[in-house]
Amino acid sequence: MSTDFKRRQITGRGIPVPGNDIDTDRIIPARFLKAVTFETMGEHAFEDARKQNPEHPFNSKVFQGASVLVVGQNFGCGSSREHAPQALMRWGIRAIVGGSFGEIFAGNCVILGIPCLRASQEDIEWLQKAVARSPQQAVSVDVEKQEVRFGDRVIKASVPDGPRNQLVNGTWDSTAVLLEAGAAIEATAGRLPYVKGF
Amino acid sequence: MARTLLDKVWEAHTVRTLPSGQTQLLIGLHLIHEVTTPQAFQMLKELKLKVRMPERTFGTLDHIIPTADQTRPYADPEAEEMAAHMYRNMKDFNLQLFDMSTGKQGIVHVIGPELGLTQPGMTIACGDSHTSTHGAVGAIAFGIGTTQVRDVLATQCLAMAKPKLRQVRVEGALARGVYAKDVILTIINRLGVKGGVGYAYEYAGPVIERMTMEERLTVCNMSIEGGARCGYVNPDQTTIDYLRGKPYAPAREAFDRATTWWKSIATEPGASFDDVKKIDGASIEPVVTWGINPEMSVGVSQRIPSPDAQPEPERPTFREALAHMGFAAGQPIKGARIDVAFVGSCTNGRLSDLRVAAEVAKKGKVAKHVRALIVPGSQQVAKAAEAEGLHEIFQAAGFQWRKAGCSMCLGMNDDKLQGREMSASSSNRNFIGRQGSPTGRTLLMSPAMVAAAAINGAVADVREILR
Repeated sequence: MSTDFKRRQITGRGIPVPGNDIDTDRIIPARFLKAVTFETMGEHAFEDARKQNPEHPFNSKVFQGASVLVVGQNFGCGSSREHAPQALMRWGIRAIVGGSFGEIFAGNCVILGIPCLRASQEDIEWLQKAVARSPQQAVSVDVEKQEVRFGDRVIKASVPDGPRNQLVNGTWDSTAVLLEAGAAIEATAGRLPYVKGF
Repeated sequence: MARTLLDKVWEAHTVRTLPSGQTQLLIGLHLIHEVTTPQAFQMLKELKLKVRMPERTFGTLDHIIPTADQTRPYADPEAEEMAAHMYRNMKDFNLQLFDMSTGKQGIVHVIGPELGLTQPGMTIACGDSHTSTHGAVGAIAFGIGTTQVRDVLATQCLAMAKPKLRQVRVEGALARGVYAKDVILTIINRLGVKGGVGYAYEYAGPVIERMTMEERLTVCNMSIEGGARCGYVNPDQTTIDYLRGKPYAPAREAFDRATTWWKSIATEPGASFDDVKKIDGASIEPVVTWGINPEMSVGVSQRIPSPDAQPEPERPTFREALAHMGFAAGQPIKGARIDVAFVGSCTNGRLSDLRVAAEVAKKGKVAKHVRALIVPGSQQVAKAAEAEGLHEIFQAAGFQWRKAGCSMCLGMNDDKLQGREMSASSSNRNFIGRQGSPTGRTLLMSPAMVAAAAINGAVADVREILR
């Protein structure tokens, strides 16, 4: 696989979105899913939340161009819509650091090459405040070493083994990897009673 | 060593261990709908890939379709475009589509089980988080994203890490007026919306064992709302009785051979779990959510909790929830005025849900200020309900009787809340904006409680109506 796919380190300006349990309906409301491509998703990221709160970070000029999103607990819970990470990616997000993540959301991020790193509540609160204070300063996300650097402070931020291997080795394009199994797929299916017939 | 259903199903479907350490898992049944698939089919076309096992993918139309007038072209041009893509993709890749003309159309998680496509011991995937529903028959069923839909179409496989397993035991018995919806809302309340992250849930114990299949479908449906990747109930006689005679279930002697295998994949006595949680069924009362995620609920006789009583990190979300809902801490949930009542969805849109709602609807008329919708989960549910005259009971009481679809659960069609309307809903999510209005408000509850709220014009205790 080409080195272009490797996601070892990602460096960019940060954007904090505080709060817990921010669901995928909030990231992209269902009415914007009525589209047969993902192209328009970026412009609708957090649309309702932005309209209701002019001070939403995604509205703020200082955070435009940011690429490292810093969130709270259980970010991306709810619907399986890949439109949510697609919206964030197309807005410019390349890595997400948070307390914890909805599992389907985190899986959808990996498959787009976006790492989701988990840090402690204390470190998340610090990073959100630090990024808000110094929005022009870069956040360095190291997927391989499982740490995040901001200024002179480094915090631990974990990625589960499977996704970390996929991101670091550039094998997150799952279809290509799964196709490599070849005839073993049909062989496995052929052993299942409900496939071969009862 | 005694093994669990998860162990056995996982092993039987393992193609290989991937270099990442994940499992390449064969998917036995792939269900698709119009909203999360057009991009997957487009990717497939760009990669010049075929559908690997076209006989193992089935589609339907549910999310965007209107529930009033279903004549095509649909009034909403975006909905029409999505439907047109679905028809074209299903034809181009030679896949079976259950559209309106088949009489088998409906919400994907309603039709899978009712057609007997969903069977014990299967792995099932669908681009929808409520795929966990299918676990009720003893399957391992995952909600997936669109790129993973591409994976399943192209390879019939997913790259997955095996989840840990938590057994959730519901002991004792339920009181009258307490339903499967109250059980799962209570589980989510006790274990939290992120309590299940990293886990599959095995639902067990006397209350679950006594449940009908439709009740089990309701419980498993909301596993994802508790953060669990999937949830299941071990196959038993209820499962076998449910599947017998279903169009896509094995027939005659093959059915008997199938039952032997289905029973064999159940969790064995003495199997160990990563965690076990117990809930006393007798402690459960009719539940109503008061906040902006499904964990924020109380029994109907209780008061809305105070943010100050919560751990520090939870308080901002509690305050946000109270502000959005327009509730005050300490306020009783009973009596909260509603504007809209909705019975339907993959959680509670089945025949037994409509029957219990109709039983309550017989007791009165929908309050003058309430807009009330009954949306059957599938064409077959609608037909069976009409054969029993349920639609006439609803209409006589002032409920609208609609056609099958996801409808106001997520407001992707015309069925939406307006402004800050308050909805009593039998659906699964009370997220901000979920029911189609950015400022709309949702109270989740059982279908019986929705019907009671519709009649009362405000949250009511269905036990008092059924008394």
